Amino acid sequence: MPAITHHIPDAMIAAYVSGSLPHAFSMVVASHLSYCRDCHAALGAHQAAGGALLETEDGVAVDAGLKSKVLAALDAPAVPEPVYETRGIYPGPVIQSLKGRTPRWKTLGMGVKQDILFEDNEGSARLLFIPAGQAVPDHSHNGLELTLVLQGSFSDETGQFGVGDVEIGDENLEHTPVADAGDPCICLTATDAPLRFRAFMPRMLQPLFRI
Amino acid sequence: MVTLNLDRPPEETIVLRATPEDNAAVPKDQSFSQLTLWLLAVRDQRDREAFADMFDFLAPRLKGFVIRCGARPALAEEIVQDVMLTIWRKASLFDPHKAQAAAWIYQIARNRHIDIVRKESRPVPDELGEDPGTEPDASQILALEQEAEQLKQAIAQLHPDQKEMIVKAYMGDLTHQEISSQTGLPLGTVKSRIRLGLGRLRKELKGLR
Repeated sequence: MPAITHHIPDAMIAAYVSGSLPHAFSMVVASHLSYCRDCHAALGAHQAAGGALLETEDGVAVDAGLKSKVLAALDAPAVPEPVYETRGIYPGPVIQSLKGRTPRWKTLGMGVKQDILFEDNEGSARLLFIPAGQAVPDHSHNGLELTLVLQGSFSDETGQFGVGDVEIGDENLEHTPVADAGDPCICLTATDAPLRFRAFMPRMLQPLFRI
Repeated sequence: MVTLNLDRPPEETIVLRATPEDNAAVPKDQSFSQLTLWLLAVRDQRDREAFADMFDFLAPRLKGFVIRCGARPALAEEIVQDVMLTIWRKASLFDPHKAQAAAWIYQIARNRHIDIVRKESRPVPDELGEDPGTEPDASQILALEQEAEQLKQAIAQLHPDQKEMIVKAYMGDLTHQEISSQTGLPLGTVKSRIRLGLGRLRKELKGLR
């Protein structure tokens, strides 16, 4: 696997660690962390900062009965939490979101497919399948967009992105990602606002509107 | 009865608890932090006494922490209970080569709090194997602990404004907008303060390497 060259910004790792990053973005960050030693080190540093604060900030006395309650519960049977690990090209956090199923690809046109994994009022995360050589038409973003490559690679005006690389888009980025030759490019993408496709969306809607 | 001993940092209260003879992976080392020793005793011997001591140290801190994170006191108690039980159940996953003890507990506390509030499991990264070329040994654990200790000192030296921002950031008390502004979008005072604080932290950390 070629070295990862496009990383998660430090502040976003801190936001992930502290839980202030919306779920959809956390999926991408956790997935990138499943590939990237550098960012894993940053994760550890931020966790240590959180740990330092936990140890040094003022405490609040707990209810007098809490300790015996906890000690009494140590032997209670606990349902083991499921462990999600990398399967094929999909890192653990994607497997967790797929809940064991394989992707259910929905065609978007021009060979491009998607599977929406998660959606809430803060954002959505989806898998995108882009055939080699295919461009995802010109689009800009209302907000933040994170794209992590899981298979193949794509290139756009800002560079080339291979497996494990993350592209960060905001409203200033208008780009045309093209899947490189070779395997189809499969990405995990999170957005906090609907993508505004310049040319793609109308074409997608053509069948609906019978244009 | 729960004793509050918040004025004592755990490093100064080292209790030398025997580490298991049969576990070569755990070196006998007297300079591990108390928290690490407790976690190892719980991990390797299911030591209830160590767990009870750790409860006395951690529970009030955890409660203060989750209240600071926005939980009401009743929910805070529930989360403290949940976090302590999670520590007991997941102790086998604690590896002091990979995670510093307080850091490991901090992440459990944040994850459990968020999972309980959102009723949805947070995405967690896959474990990465050992860095090629590094043999896990006690000196690594100590280096990590020293780094964390110096980080603690670095945080203590921050200007109160910066410290407040750092506390807010790690307690998950940043809005989505504030996070967006961290990614290269227009700067606010919030951002520059966090960056100042983090920059200083990072510098402190760099000096350790």
